[in-house]
Amino acid sequence: MLHIKCPHCGLRSQNEFSYGGDASVKRPELNKEVSDKDWDNFVYLRKSPIGKHLELWQHISGCRQWIKVERDTLTHEIFKTLKANEEV
Amino acid sequence: MSEKFRLDKGGLINRNKKISFKFNGKKYFGYEGDTLASALIANGVHLVGRSFKYHRPRGFFGAGVDEPYAIVQMNRNNEVDPNVRATEQELFEGLDAKSVNCWPNVDFDIGAINNFLGKFFPAGFYYKTFMWPKSFWYKVYEPIIRKAAGFGAASIKHDKEKYEHKYEYCDLLIIGSGPSGLASAYAAAQNGAKVILAEDKSRFGGSLLTSEVTIGNQSGHEWAEKIISELKSMPNVVVKNRSQVFGYYDHNMLVMSERISDHLPKTDKYNPKQRLWYIRAKEVVISSGSIERPLVFGNNDTPGVMLSSAAKEYLKIYGVLVGKKPLVFTNNDSGYETAIEFKKNGIDPIVLDTRKDPNSEIIKEAKDLNINIKNSYVVVAAKGYKKVNSADIAKISDDKKNINNIENIKCDCICVSGFWTPTIHLASQSGNKTKFNEEIDAFIPSQSKQKETTLGSANGVFTLEETLKTSFETGNKLSKQITNKENKVSVPTVVEKKYSNHDKFWCVPLPEGKNYKRFLDFQNDVAVSDIQLALREGYRSIEHVKRYTTLGMATDQGRTSNLNGLQLVSDIENKVVPQVGHTTFRPPYSPVSIGAIVGREIGKHSKPTRKSPMHYWHEKNNAVFVDAGVWLRPRYYKRGNENLFEASKREARNVRQNVGVCDVTTLGKIDIKGPDAAELLNRVYTNAWLKLPVGKARYGVMLREDGIVMDDGTTTRISENHYHMTTTTAQAANVLSHLEYYLQLVWPELNVNVVSSTEQWAGAAIAGPKSRDVLQKLFPDLDVSNKGLPFMGYMEGNLFGINAKIYRISFSGELAYEVNVESDNGNYMWEKIMEIGKEFNIQPYGTEALSTLRIEMGHVAGSELDGRTIPYDNSLEGLVSKKKDFIGKRSLSKTAYIAPDRQKVVGVVPLDKKTSIPEGSYIVKDAKAKLPNPKLGHVSASCWSVEYDNPFSLAIIKDGKNMIGQKLFAMSPLKNKTIPVEIVSSHYVDPKGERVRS
Repeated sequence: MLHIKCPHCGLRSQNEFSYGGDASVKRPELNKEVSDKDWDNFVYLRKSPIGKHLELWQHISGCRQWIKVERDTLTHEIFKTLKANEEV
Repeated sequence: MSEKFRLDKGGLINRNKKISFKFNGKKYFGYEGDTLASALIANGVHLVGRSFKYHRPRGFFGAGVDEPYAIVQMNRNNEVDPNVRATEQELFEGLDAKSVNCWPNVDFDIGAINNFLGKFFPAGFYYKTFMWPKSFWYKVYEPIIRKAAGFGAASIKHDKEKYEHKYEYCDLLIIGSGPSGLASAYAAAQNGAKVILAEDKSRFGGSLLTSEVTIGNQSGHEWAEKIISELKSMPNVVVKNRSQVFGYYDHNMLVMSERISDHLPKTDKYNPKQRLWYIRAKEVVISSGSIERPLVFGNNDTPGVMLSSAAKEYLKIYGVLVGKKPLVFTNNDSGYETAIEFKKNGIDPIVLDTRKDPNSEIIKEAKDLNINIKNSYVVVAAKGYKKVNSADIAKISDDKKNINNIENIKCDCICVSGFWTPTIHLASQSGNKTKFNEEIDAFIPSQSKQKETTLGSANGVFTLEETLKTSFETGNKLSKQITNKENKVSVPTVVEKKYSNHDKFWCVPLPEGKNYKRFLDFQNDVAVSDIQLALREGYRSIEHVKRYTTLGMATDQGRTSNLNGLQLVSDIENKVVPQVGHTTFRPPYSPVSIGAIVGREIGKHSKPTRKSPMHYWHEKNNAVFVDAGVWLRPRYYKRGNENLFEASKREARNVRQNVGVCDVTTLGKIDIKGPDAAELLNRVYTNAWLKLPVGKARYGVMLREDGIVMDDGTTTRISENHYHMTTTTAQAANVLSHLEYYLQLVWPELNVNVVSSTEQWAGAAIAGPKSRDVLQKLFPDLDVSNKGLPFMGYMEGNLFGINAKIYRISFSGELAYEVNVESDNGNYMWEKIMEIGKEFNIQPYGTEALSTLRIEMGHVAGSELDGRTIPYDNSLEGLVSKKKDFIGKRSLSKTAYIAPDRQKVVGVVPLDKKTSIPEGSYIVKDAKAKLPNPKLGHVSASCWSVEYDNPFSLAIIKDGKNMIGQKLFAMSPLKNKTIPVEIVSSHYVDPKGERVRS
C-alpha cells in the first residue's frame, strides 16, 4: 500500500485516496472547435509509461482535494506531490 | 500409551502439565509447551501424511515453519482448520488432528499406487495428458484432478471465529527474535525508538534456544530471556510472539498475522482467533535467520529422514529423541552439534561426513566423546517404507563423482545437514536485488530498495560474535537517525565454537542400476529426474522450470527446496548458480488464513449499512428491506399474507388512486454555493441553467466526457447563489467527485463550493392525486395551490414547529411533492404525514411500487442509465442544448451516436397481456432463427402496470424510434421463456405528463 503525502494533510495511506489518471491531460476549452482526433485523444488515449508519471489522486476520505503525484510506475517511488494548481 | 522417545529430563516443556490429544482418532499425551509434532515424535509416531503426487508415506522433516510434509487437518472447538503445520501447532488439551491426502487412512492409502505408476507421472504430466479430447476437461479430468489435489478440506460452514485487523506505525519493525533481532531491538529501544519485535514461534530467542554459546556471563538462552523481559517492560517496545510477518509491500508496509488463540482449546470470549497487523515502519530489520538445507539422496523423503537442526531442536526444546539409532549425514560442522546432543543423552550416533579430512573445535569435541565419525561417506539411499530402518551408505571419491563399497547399516533416523540457507524472502519481496554468496552457496540480500536491513544468518553471517556486533550497531544507527538520541550499549563478549568450511557437495550420485527417487521439493514431490526431464525437454529459464515441474510452488515456498533445485539446474546447464538466478519470492511467506485476511468485514459488515431516520418506523410497520447501495430501503410493507407482488401492486395502485408516501432520504444531495454556481451547472448538465429563477427546480442530465449519461436528478435554486442538487442514490459519491474534479482542476476560476448534504436531510415523497390535500393540511399557512406552488416549484414552510423544504417534483408521474427536513426531525415529519394522511387513505410505498410507477410512466432510471447509453437512447435528447457547450457534448456527434438506427428506449407489452417478461431478456425478431439469434436489444426493467393491469416492460432496442407497433419476441434463455410481445411507446401512462402539472 502506497504512502502518499497529501500537500494539505500530510502523509496518509493509499486507502484514503482514489486514483484519477494522467495529470498532464488538458481538457479542450469549452466552445472551441475540436477535431475528432484531438477529442479522441483527450477522451480515450493515455500513455502508459514505465517510470516517472505525473498523475492525479483525490484525497477522498480526507480533505477531498485533487492532488498531483509524481510517481514511478515501476518502483512506486513517489518523488513529489503537488496541490492541484501547482506545476512540477 | 507411554512416550517411548521422551527423555526423562531436559527441554523447555512444562512436565508438570500433561496434555491429552488425538491424532487420527487415537489418543496420546504430551506436555504443555509441546508442538503437535514433538508430542507425536515422543510417542514414536512418524507417519503423518501422504505426499502430494505419489502418496508416499511422509513424516516430519523440520521443526517449525520449514516443515514441508506434516500438514494436518484440525478440528478445534467444532471448527475445521485445514492446512495446519504440525510443527507449528502448539499442543492443547483435547487437540484433535488428522492426516490429509490419504484414503482410507494414512497407514493404508490407495493413492499410493501412484508411487508404482511413478514413471507415468513425470514432470508436466498434467500438461501432456489432459490436453484432449477437449470435451473431457470439465466432465472427466477436472473432477478427478480436483479430488486428488490439495492438502486438507476447507469447511463449507460459516466460520464462527472472529478475526481482526489492526493498523500500526513504528520506527523499527524487527522480524525475528534470534540474536540479531534481540540485539538490534535492544539497541534501538535504548535510543527511544518505537519498536515492534515480531517472533513467529511461541518462544523468543531463535537459535539461542538450541545453541551452546555464552554471552557475557550467561548462556545464550538466559541472555535472550533477560533481553526479552527488559524489552517487554519498556513503553516504547511492542513484543509479539506467534506473529508471522509474511508480506513486505510498498512504502515499507508490512503485514503480520498474529495467532492469538490457535494454541488454545477455545478462543477466549473477547478475543479474536487471529489478528492481521498492517504495519508501516520507518525502518525494517530482517532478522529472520536461516534454514538448514537438505542433502539429496535416494528415498530422502522416507519418514525418519529429517533436518539435523530439527532433530537438535526436538532434543533441546522438547526433550524428545527423533530416533535411538541415529545417522547424521552432513557436509558441514552443524551435524556434529546434533550428534553431540544425542551422545550427551546416552544415544550413540554415527556421523557420515562428506568431507575427507575436516578439522575444527567441534569435530574435536565429537571425537573426544568417542562419536563414530566416517569421513568421505554418504548416504546412498534410505531404506524402509513407512519409517527408516536402515541406510545404504558408501564411500565417495574425492571428486565426488563415484561411490563404492556400498553397505547397509541399521538406523532409525537420518539427520541431514547440507549447510544453511538464509531466509531472504522478505528482503526479496521488498525489491532487494539479492546476490549469490559463493562462500555459503546461497543468496543473500544486497542492494535495499526500501528502508530495510538484513542482519545475522539471514544475511549469511553465521558467527554469533559478528552477528551481535553488527546488530547492536545497526539498531543504534537506525534508531538514532529517527529519534536523534543516542544511549549506546556495549556489546557483550561471546564464547562460541569456531566452524570449519562446509563442503559444496549436495547431491549423492545414483548407484549403477538403481533409480531411487531423490527428492528436491518434498511438498510437491519434485525429484531430480523431473528437473532433468524438464531441461531435456528444452526448458531453460528457472521461472519456466519452476512452473513446469512445480518446484518451489507449494505452501512452503521452496524453503527447503529452492537452492538444491538451482544447484541442479546450474550443474546440468554448466552454469554457475547466480547465472541461473532464483525465482521470485512472493507473499505470503507462509500460509495465512482467509479469515485473517477478511477480518471483521464479513456478512453484513462487508460494507457499512446506512439507515434513514425513519428506518425504525418502517421496521415497526412490517417493511421488507432491500439493499440500495449501502442503504437499506423498504421494498414493500407487508400486510397479512401478502407477497412482494401483491403488496407492491396495492401500494402503487394507492398512489395512482389516493396518495402514498415514500422515504427518499437516500437520494444523493449536494449543496452548491457561490456566484458562479449557475455557470457550473450550465457546464455540467446538458440543458440550460443560467435562467432558472430562484424558487424553481429543474430536471437535468449530466454526461461523462465520452457522452455516456452519468446521472440525472433535479436541482433547485434556493437563493441567488445557492442551489440544492439531487443525484441518484447509487451515483451520489461519484457525482460529488466529478464536480470537485472540474472545480479544482479544470475550471478553478469558477467561484463555487460543493459539499455533500445527503446525511443532513430526511426526505419524504408524497405522491398521488390527493397529495395536495395532505400537503395543505401539513402546511395550513402556505398557498400550495397549483398557482401558489406550481410544478417544479419550491418553497419553505413550517411543519408543526420544524423547518421544512418543499419541492414539487415527481418521480411517480403523479402530482407529487418532496418534503425535506433536517435528519433529526425525519421521523417526526414521517409520523405527521401518516397521521394527517390517514383521512386521505395514505399508505407508505416501497421501492418496488416506486419502480412500477416510474416504469409505466417511462421514466428512465439506473437500469437504463447503465453506463452504456447516451441521452438519445433514453429519449432525453430534448434536454440536450444545441446552443451551449457542456461536459461530453463533443462526443455526442460520434458516428455511432448519430446513426439513424441508434438504439432507443421503448415499451414492451406481452401479446397475451399476462406473461411477465424477465428483466434482461433479449428482444429478437424471429424466435426460431438459427443461433446466434441476432439481438435487437434487451429488456431493462419490468413491472405489472397498475394502470392497465397487465405486464409492462422497458427495453432499449436498435432503431427503437421506428419499432413502435412491431410484433417481436422477448427471449430469456436463462428462464427458458419465449414471449411474443408488441413494442409500444415507453410513456405507457399519461404520455402528455398532465398529472404532474394538475
